[in-house]
Order: sequence, then structure tokens, then C-alpha cells
Amino acid sequence: MLNPFRGFGAVFYKETLHVRRDFATLFFSLIIPILQMFLLGYGIDTNIRQINTVVYNADGRRESRELLDRLKNSDTFRIYRYVNNDHDLNEAIISGKCRVGIKIPVDYSDKLLHQMPAQVLVLIDGSDSSVAGQAINVTTAVGLDESLHRVLANSGASFAVEMRPKILFNPDSRSPNFFLPGLTAVLLLNVTTFLTAFSIVREKERGTLEQLFVTPVRPMGLLLGKLLPYLGIGFFELAMIVTAMRFLFSVPIHGSVFLLAFLSLPYIFVSLSLGILISSKATSQAHAMQLAFLTILPSIFFSGYIFPRETMPKFFYILSYFVPATYFINITRGIILRGAGWVHLWTDALALFVMGTLLLIIAARRFHDKVITT
Amino acid sequence: MPTTDNTAITAQHLVRRFGNFTAVNDVSFTVQKGEIFGFLGPNGSGKTTVIKMLTGLLPLSSGYANVQGIDVRKDPESVRENIGYMSQNFSLYSDLTVEENLTFYGRIYGLDPQNLRRRIDDIVQLNGLAPYYKRLAAQLSGGWKQRLALGCAMLHEPKLIFLDEPTAGIDPVARRQLWDLLFDLSGHGITFFVTTHYMDEAERCSHVAYIYFGRVIADGTPDDLRELPEVNPPGTYRVEISAPHVTQALRVARTIPGIRSTTIFGQSVHALIDDHLDLDHLRDQFRKQGVVVAEIRPLAPSLEDVFVDLTSRHQSEQAVAAPEAPHA
Repeated sequence: MLNPFRGFGAVFYKETLHVRRDFATLFFSLIIPILQMFLLGYGIDTNIRQINTVVYNADGRRESRELLDRLKNSDTFRIYRYVNNDHDLNEAIISGKCRVGIKIPVDYSDKLLHQMPAQVLVLIDGSDSSVAGQAINVTTAVGLDESLHRVLANSGASFAVEMRPKILFNPDSRSPNFFLPGLTAVLLLNVTTFLTAFSIVREKERGTLEQLFVTPVRPMGLLLGKLLPYLGIGFFELAMIVTAMRFLFSVPIHGSVFLLAFLSLPYIFVSLSLGILISSKATSQAHAMQLAFLTILPSIFFSGYIFPRETMPKFFYILSYFVPATYFINITRGIILRGAGWVHLWTDALALFVMGTLLLIIAARRFHDKVITT
Repeated sequence: MPTTDNTAITAQHLVRRFGNFTAVNDVSFTVQKGEIFGFLGPNGSGKTTVIKMLTGLLPLSSGYANVQGIDVRKDPESVRENIGYMSQNFSLYSDLTVEENLTFYGRIYGLDPQNLRRRIDDIVQLNGLAPYYKRLAAQLSGGWKQRLALGCAMLHEPKLIFLDEPTAGIDPVARRQLWDLLFDLSGHGITFFVTTHYMDEAERCSHVAYIYFGRVIADGTPDDLRELPEVNPPGTYRVEISAPHVTQALRVARTIPGIRSTTIFGQSVHALIDDHLDLDHLRDQFRKQGVVVAEIRPLAPSLEDVFVDLTSRHQSEQAVAAPEAPHA
């Protein structure tokens, strides 16, 4: 007689009506992710190219011009301006117009001719560490290459070891390929967590939740009836994002789309449970909004979405294991970029499923203690 | 196991504590089937807590509660199947239509489609909701919202309905209409448990209890309460003093020896006075003080008088009972 899911059908019916009536919210919650995709897909390029560079070439002869050509051809530097003294060289960097300054001393060609070590000064603006790192790597490599060629030319020998790197996935290092699969995780969390939290907190604000508790609805019937419509929305959104990713941003999908759909279920489940947990705490929609943002930030910064987890300090690296997006990003990147299958990803799915179940249990408990009996 | 006797609610020594605070302190009362039971008391006195206890939402700290023949402690789920509940904010979904709100609540109570259809038709007929059937709840006026909310609470044909401040914030005409509807339904054997702040509504109840700081301090029919000895101390009677300047009259009344207590009621002062003080003498007193009095006449105590008296008695008793409290 005691059906733990009592009231599920009724709540589901009502919730789909809410969603239909409040079309604007639905529309925006679906359209904003697409806009975000456009921003990240077209607007961000993590490959560092064409760094503005100021050059003070005190030497000016053929050897010095050849060196500058090599630097230019690396595509890393763009010669923005030539100057004639140290002061201007410094000023160009301090003013922010150039990130890198190269000074070739007046005796550069002479030293090379006499087979003495010639020095080139490279000034680098360290305020952006990734730009600085790239500038150091490329100038060092060009210097080594130049030296080797000269030494080898003099001795008549050839390279002893030659490295042949081959990039397996995303060989052109396209940023959308890297960003968009991860973005899927963030956007999905965004929409589903917010929508569920709001749908419950709204009932708290209106006092309808109080009414529901005096009816025979059971907590599980209520929560599942509320979750399911948003699970549908989350699923629809996933389909939309993946379609846009494939056809608008030409990100190739190497693995199975069906596996992706299947493995997104535990993740959406986690997001929805998180939404319920938030709603058990929040007293108003504004409050729910703040709490939901609190969950979004770790998903962006500690999930490997932007910064590689491997380079994080130990504490944050451990923390990243507790961020659901970490697992789902591994799933999306795995399937989309690496063509990974169930054997590679089932542990991630399991982790998400466990998290979702725990969250739902905690949320249901909190609901009973804090919401019903006060 | 519904009982065959005539009791809808039995509350015996209900106690509910939140930490150190006792919200409901040894509350007992009985509600007979078909009664309109008015549960009255100031804000924060424990009315809603008692409702939550009777509907099985809040576990009892101690005591016994039986609702519709069901032991609330043993089977709160069955209690909720068998009652209707309407909260003060009507608890409707404003973005759903009248029809959808009714359908939702009907399905919550597990009515099958055929039954649901029939019950919705009945309710719409009874509450006069037909013209608004397809309208969003948000577009209804306060009175109609409340009728819809009542309709939602009685779809499953409960024999007992809890109404928590059903008339808060609606206009007097709608209030009157709601009460007419309640009388009508009560005539069909439905029991109502109503909380309210309005004394005129309390007068309409067939049985009232007054709760003050978690204790029931009066329980009976309105007439019983009016005759309580605490309210009508021997050797006193009540008068109504109508005056154009009521506040002036009140100030003067308080200085006249033999007047025990005074309260303003609209354009008049209600006073409890000693028997030896006759009306002519009273008029003289006012005249001497230069206050115009239109009329002074004897008066039976209203329920408001009853509750004001009982409340002030309890306040002074509590003050006497706890003199050692350091700095309250």
C-alpha cells in the first residue's frame, strides 16, 4: 500500500506544465549555452602566435637579419617596430605595446665570423606567463638550431638524434576541439542545477511546498517528478550542444555518440541532485542563484576544463576528484577527441553515479529535517 | 480503523519542543464530527505547530493525537489521505489554470481519471468556478483564489478539512461568501478546523479554543466562553460607552473608580464595571470631566472581550508565577 513514489505522476504532469508556461526561461536557458559556445569556440585561441616584438638591431648586417627572419618565420613573433637605442627598446615593453624586445649587439656578425660565441639579448614581459613561456621556448630553440647548423656546417657531421613528435588527437591544436567538449560539462551543469533549484525554491517562496507536504505525496515521488522533466531538458541541451559542436565548429567526434548520451545520464543526475541540495538550503531564488554559482566555479577551475589538473597544487588536485565535472570532462574529451569506449570510461560513470546517489540521499534527508519539520 | 464514534479529532496532552523552547505545552481538545472548530490565538502562539502535529508533519514530543480515527503517530500517511488542508497563502500554482490546479491536486490524491472528472465538475459547480475554468490562477481575485484552493483541498472528499487563516488578506464580501460555503459544507457532514484572527469569524464557529503561548486557555462554544466566570467576575457587568471622541472617553473612563478594565471598540469604549456603579452615576462622572457621551448601555461580552480578558489574566499570572526570572 505504501508506494514510496506516490504522487510522481501528478508532480511530473504539473512540472511539465510549468516548463511549457514559462517558455522564456526555457528558451534563454537553452540559448545562452549556445551563445557561450560561440564565444569560446570562435573567440578564444590558446595557441600563442604573433607576439608583438620590438627589435634593436645594432649590428644590421646580413647575419643579424637572417636571425630575425628565423624568429619571424616561427610565427611566434611579429616585428612591431625597430628602434635605435636601449631606451626606446625598454619603453616599448613598459608601455605594453610589445611583449618581447630583441637586441642584437653591434659586434654580432663579427663574433660569428671569428667563431666566437655571439650574444643576443631577449627581454620578455613576464606578466602573462604563457606568453613568456612560449617566447623563451621559441627563442631558445631558434638559438640552438642556429648554433647547431653553424657547428655542423663547419664539421661536416649530421644530426645524431632526431625527434619526430606526432600529435595523436587534435593534431592542429585547434582550440575549439579542446574547449567545446569540456564546455559541454559546464553548460549542462549550469542549466540543470539552476532549473531544478529554482523550481523547488519557487514552491518554497509561494508556500505550495508546504501544501504538498500535507498531501499523500511521498518525498521520492515529489523529487523524481520534479527531476525528470529537467533531465529531459538537460538531455535535449546536450544533443543541441553536441550537434552545434560537430557541425558549426567542425569538432570531429571520434567515439560513439550513443555512449556519450548514455554516460551523460549519471552526470545530469548529479547536477539535478545538486540542484535539490541547493534548494533545501536556499530560502529565495536569489539565494539559490548565489549557491548555484558556488558550484559552477569549481567546475570551471578545478575540473581540468581550462587548467590541466596535473599541474595543480596537491590540495586542488585532490579537490578536483570531488568535482563532478572532472569526470564528465574526461568522458566528453575521451569520446569526442580520443574515441574512447565503455572500457575506458566506466569508472568515471560509476564515480558520477555514486556522487549523484549520495547527493540525492543527503538532499532528501535535509529536505525532511530542515524543510518539512520546521 | 475508523472509529464509529462521533469524534473527528482527539488531542490529548500534546507537547512539542524545539530545543529548549516549548511551542505547544500540554494541549488537549476534542472536535466532534460536523463542527466548525475555530482555533484562535495570537501570532506565534502555536496554532500552525498544532496543525502540523495533527497532520503528521511534526512528530509529537509527547501526547496522543487521533484524527479521523487514525493514530497520527502510528500512521501519518493515512491521516494525510483522509484530510484536506488549505494554507494561508492558498498554495495555488499561479501559472496553471483553474482546471490544471484541480487536476494536479486530484492526481496527487490518486483519483482515477473518471472519478477526477466527476469530482472536478462537482467542485466547480459547488464553488461557482465555472466562468474561470480556463483562466490562470494568477488572474483570479483573492476570493476566487481561495475558493479554488478550498476546491483543491476537498477533491478527494475528505471528511475533515484544515483551514489555516483562510481569510487573511481577502475582502469582506469574499470572506462572507466563504463562510456561507463552509456552513453549507458543514451541513453535509464535513468537519472544519479553522484558524483565524478575526473575532467575527470566531463568533460563527460552533466550537472555539483559544491558544496562548502554547497552552489552550479557553475551550467551548462561543456562548460557553462568554459565560466564563473569569470573564464575568461576580459583582461586575459590562457596558458600552459610545462617544464622539473615543480616546478622550477612554482616558476619563480609566480615572473613574469602579471601572475595572477598558478597551476601545470602534466608536465606543467597552468597560467592565462594578455593580454598585449605575449608569446614571457614570454619565455624571463623564459630564463632570467635560466629555460628551452619546450613549451608555449594558452589553454581553463579545468573544474579543473574552480573549482580551483571558490574555491579560494569563499575562499577569505569568508575571506572578515567574518573579525570580532575572532579566527577561
